[in-house]
Amino acid sequence: MMSRSTLDLWVGVFVVLGFAALVFLAMKVGNFTGLSGAPLYSVEAPFDNIGGLKVRAPVKSAGVLVGRVADIRFDPQAYRAVVRLELDTRYEFPRDTIATILTSGLLGEQYVGLEPGADVAMLKAGDRIQITQSAVVLERLISQFMFDKAAETPAK
Amino acid sequence: MSAVVNFVRRIGAMTVDGVWRVGFAARFLLMVLVYSGQSVRRLHLTIREVYFSGVLSLLIILVSGLFVGLVLGLQGYETLQRYGSSEALGVLVALSLTRELGPVVAGLLFASRAGSAVTAEIGLMKATEQLKAMDMMAVNPLARVVAPRFWGGVISMPLLAAMFSAMGIFGGWLIGVVFIGVDDGAFWSQMQAAVDFRYDILNGVLKSFVFGVAVSLIAVFEGYDCNPTAEGVSRAITRTVVSSALAILALDFVLTSFMFRGQ
Repeated sequence: MMSRSTLDLWVGVFVVLGFAALVFLAMKVGNFTGLSGAPLYSVEAPFDNIGGLKVRAPVKSAGVLVGRVADIRFDPQAYRAVVRLELDTRYEFPRDTIATILTSGLLGEQYVGLEPGADVAMLKAGDRIQITQSAVVLERLISQFMFDKAAETPAK
Repeated sequence: MSAVVNFVRRIGAMTVDGVWRVGFAARFLLMVLVYSGQSVRRLHLTIREVYFSGVLSLLIILVSGLFVGLVLGLQGYETLQRYGSSEALGVLVALSLTRELGPVVAGLLFASRAGSAVTAEIGLMKATEQLKAMDMMAVNPLARVVAPRFWGGVISMPLLAAMFSAMGIFGGWLIGVVFIGVDDGAFWSQMQAAVDFRYDILNGVLKSFVFGVAVSLIAVFEGYDCNPTAEGVSRAITRTVVSSALAILALDFVLTSFMFRGQ
């Protein structure tokens, strides 16, 4: 039988190793150090069509992650989708910023891109982004292309 | 005619037996929880079981984790490079380990390494009438023998699963970055962008905790419930490993369908 203090030592080493593995997973593997600790402020952006945008999708400006999509709901009065964006308080955007739904790569996930305008007043928490651009829906794009082609060809 | 009746009778006996065992296991869990006070008050009893279940499982968990990671690295790279996205190797290795393979494989190894040992120990104590002797001396065997082993397993299992995942990711990194030459920065940064702390890692830890409770309960229950003979103990050990494996895989499906439903 092993002495009590040796046993305690080994169990201590085991527990410390286990928590070290957890910290490694949280810090190095996960994005725990990313935005999840920074203070956030939320703004809303109405879109005509959000395509396949999901909650927790990234919000990027100039390609840099500045926030995440917090909530998506349907506005039954305006028949539009209202997307709530949670942005890092370190980054402020002018009031006439344009929000666009973009796709990373050809088949990648969809994200919200912010293009800053030129207004001197900044967006505050709870504000609404007025100018938005909907997601590109592939079917609509193709049908538009086909109609244009059909219009070009003179009927015989 | 009597053959049919006998057949139906056997089905009935099996059903009653099965239901009785499930009910007995549930009451057993309740009693273990009720008598758990001593596992906290006399902490060294539990610490001793963490040593036997956790520390002694370290080697097999770490080595298996490393090899699983190595294989994931090789196979993942093989498939991903066909689509020209070999940098996503880190994402593949980290997500498969933290969400699924870490808790499940560590749970299976834990059941066969530590669960079987606990069943054998309790079963032998029962066969040699040590449990009865304790009862005679007014020492409750549930509080003195069973509860510390149960809690030792519950504490060890999530820690072992976390170590398994960390070791596996190290193995994937070793193959991907060191041997094959995937870009180191892209490997880690894509992984960090894709793995969410709450959604992926904490859900994995929760899974391993549930598996720890299931395996520990099955191990102590089978040991306590076994026939007090050499054959009975060996059968109980087999049942521990088999039903733990089934419980882990079935619970994993249930938990996964609640946790990751693709939003």
